[in-house]
Amino acid sequence: MKANVYVTLKKGVLDPQGKAVMGALNSISFKEVKDLRIGKFMEIELDADSRDEAERRVEEMCRKLLANPVIEDFKVEIKG
Amino acid sequence: MKFAILVFPGSNCDHDCYHVVKHLMGQDAEYVWHKSTSLEGFDCVILPGGFSYGDYLRTGSIARFSPVMAEVERFAGKGGLVLGICNGFQILCEAGILPGVLMRNEGLKFICKGVTVRVENNGTPFTSSYSAGRVLSMPIAHADGNYFADDDTLKALEDNGQIVFRYSTPDGRITPGANPNGSLGNIAGIVNRRGNVLGMMPHPERACEEELGGTDGRGIFESLIKALGR
Repeated sequence: MKANVYVTLKKGVLDPQGKAVMGALNSISFKEVKDLRIGKFMEIELDADSRDEAERRVEEMCRKLLANPVIEDFKVEIKG
Repeated sequence: MKFAILVFPGSNCDHDCYHVVKHLMGQDAEYVWHKSTSLEGFDCVILPGGFSYGDYLRTGSIARFSPVMAEVERFAGKGGLVLGICNGFQILCEAGILPGVLMRNEGLKFICKGVTVRVENNGTPFTSSYSAGRVLSMPIAHADGNYFADDDTLKALEDNGQIVFRYSTPDGRITPGANPNGSLGNIAGIVNRRGNVLGMMPHPERACEEELGGTDGRGIFESLIKALGR
């Protein structure tokens, strides 16, 4: 089974990297960009008997290691 | 006194800490590999700076699962003195032994330079050799030293006197200009609620000899030895 994991900064947590990239877009004529946040994307391949089990396990991985709950949120998508 | 100096894959300030404890302070010191499952017989544990596990994912996030960290948690839980410097501070935060997190520097760059920090609390076992409000010169060397915590945590830190060092001007003013990395409240070092675990981004072990540019960091080690001798 495959899982996609998105780890993003919580609202209110400053993202200087996102700000810098947004500034770059604005300066090369993409003036319509009002906000940009950078996060992490992970592709995981795992053994699981069901989609539910896979989701439960990957969410556990996020809570334990893949995301830091102080500053990050996560979203899990099970593929296939 | 016997100091444990933890060694993770990627630690690089372990030898500096060993040198200060053993040769300058004249104490027993031993390296403890991160796979170790015992801290028996040690009076103090130091988590040195470096780049454990290459800083992959988040700084300290993988090192916190090293077997020795369960022992560090137990050691700290019994009131043992634990000092985390730079990457050591990051690991202690990831492990939840200290609150908050060290994020990427606001300016996105690795910063290696001398800074000044003000002693906010000299009532800890790590800072009793300093006078309150004293300004210390120490180097920083990090890309992720931008301290962040939610509002409630920050308030608790302030209310309980857990903020031990703040980045300041050389004359002791806490200003945005004196903040090298964007840390909330210019925070450079904190203790846990009980006061027996200190995490700090500046490197006191690199400020212990005149030949290396200053001795303002010695007070941390002198305070520790004083506290342990009691």
